[in-house]
Amino acid sequence: MSFGGLMALRNVSFDVIEGDIKALIGPNGAGKTTLLNIVSGIHQPDKGDVFFLGEKLVNVAPARIARKGISRTFQHVELFGNMTVIENIMVGQYARTRSGFLSSGFKLPFVVKEEREIQRKSEEILEYINLGQRKDEPASNLPIGEQRTLEIGRALATGPRLVLLDEPAAGLNIKETRNLGEIIRKIRDELKITVVLVEHDMDLVMSISDSIIVLNFGEVIAEGTPLEIQKNHEVIVAYLGEEEEIQRGYNAHT
Amino acid sequence: MKKGDLLSFLIFILLIILLPVISGSTYTITVGIFSGINALVAIGLCILMGYAGQVSLGQAGFYGIGAYISSILSVHAGLPIVISVICAMIVAAVAAMILAVPALRLKGHYLAVATLGFGEIIYIILNEWGPGGPSGFGDIPHFGLLGYTIGSTTGYFYLIWGLVAVVMLFSINLINSGTGRALRAIHDSDMACNAMGLNVTALKIKVFILSAVYASLAGSLYAHYVTFISPSSFSLFYSILVLMMVIVGGITNLWGAVIGAVVITVLPELLRRFEELDVLVYGLILTLSLMFFRKGIVPILIEKIKKLREFAVAKH
Repeated sequence: MSFGGLMALRNVSFDVIEGDIKALIGPNGAGKTTLLNIVSGIHQPDKGDVFFLGEKLVNVAPARIARKGISRTFQHVELFGNMTVIENIMVGQYARTRSGFLSSGFKLPFVVKEEREIQRKSEEILEYINLGQRKDEPASNLPIGEQRTLEIGRALATGPRLVLLDEPAAGLNIKETRNLGEIIRKIRDELKITVVLVEHDMDLVMSISDSIIVLNFGEVIAEGTPLEIQKNHEVIVAYLGEEEEIQRGYNAHT
Repeated sequence: MKKGDLLSFLIFILLIILLPVISGSTYTITVGIFSGINALVAIGLCILMGYAGQVSLGQAGFYGIGAYISSILSVHAGLPIVISVICAMIVAAVAAMILAVPALRLKGHYLAVATLGFGEIIYIILNEWGPGGPSGFGDIPHFGLLGYTIGSTTGYFYLIWGLVAVVMLFSINLINSGTGRALRAIHDSDMACNAMGLNVTALKIKVFILSAVYASLAGSLYAHYVTFISPSSFSLFYSILVLMMVIVGGITNLWGAVIGAVVITVLPELLRRFEELDVLVYGLILTLSLMFFRKGIVPILIEKIKKLREFAVAKH
């Protein structure tokens, strides 16, 4: 994948096992978000393939990928700010309904039934992510932590098999991050949904991930369990720089 | 329907029934008829712009299609008027679809210019190829149903506003449904809509078609009421007039479209007493109202009522 002359991703290949939490880490500009954008269909790769449950996803429109069961959140929160909290969740379920313009305008019985069902399920999801109290507030009034949680809830509302979370802990305080970790774990353990997460908060990544991939300058430099990654020399170098360099930097300061 | 909507709707129906009874003058009822015709176009534009967030400066084009197609079909092909009106709605829907496929890739100002271009194209076509060219044509039959022609002004008033009520009911249901929510979602973020699996393009095309069908219906009703049409009624000026109705009434509320249409239609009539200065006063009122009541009449009224209620509760 390249943008103009910039090669954003090269020879990146990995598998995500169903039911896992897989973290994607790496320094800024390593290509993590680009990778999520390729999987969710926002970018088309120049070369290579993406397979999901045996189906090819390259050159498939983002909305169709979402309907196939891949849902996502965004690095910069993309909520429907003019709508209430519960309406955000309800929109997430619309693609699965049969309602259209005419049936909605004439308020056919099946539309009313679907609407009631959506309402009920949305309240359930809100309870699940602990936002039940906030349901009628405009989404843009929530603090950033709750906005990020709501975005996850909205992603769950589409009924996905896989959710892609792009920096869900960005801007969250320690307590909020801990809650987020709980929710992500619940998504895997109770809802049996696979999670791929891009994240900079290493405590969170190390505590919840089943496996981790490290990207640097568009290439995979390591893959393994949290323990393996913590010990990996190349990863340490990518994050902190060469030992000598650090030493030199230290000397220069003193 | 929500409680507030139901109450508004009942008051609305009551007003429709009472107006011709209270005001005996044909003049008032005629102004009422034009208000209703404009309200139909305004409701469509309100859904398109206020809810789905897609700009259109080409509604006059669809209005013109409605007027011309249904007149031509009933005068020259001798089709029953109801059939002509429905055929015109289908033509408008097809035109909207053809326009929407390329145009809805555009956003904001660019979409505004594209739809403006469409309106101008229709205007030019009506001038060049429409029966009678720029001077238009007449002897269009009055609206009739099952062999019964509606001749009286009061009858026409009830027909128009009855249709406004039906369209309003349909639109309120639509806006309050999951589909309506999806339309409002498009207004906020295309990217998030895609991630929710919503077919954004299809939704945009459909809402565009809906607004075109409403405008076409209004155009046909106009033609079969005045019985004479010429291209000048379907110029860019009309598109802008409808835009003004929607904005003055309050773009985020369907009732705003109806009230805006009535205000913008009635205002010039009330200003007749200023004689030559009427256009000047009209412009002044619109400018001032946009400066001080930017949200529009209905949203501001709703805010005031809410505040009054809170005040009353606090007093208790």
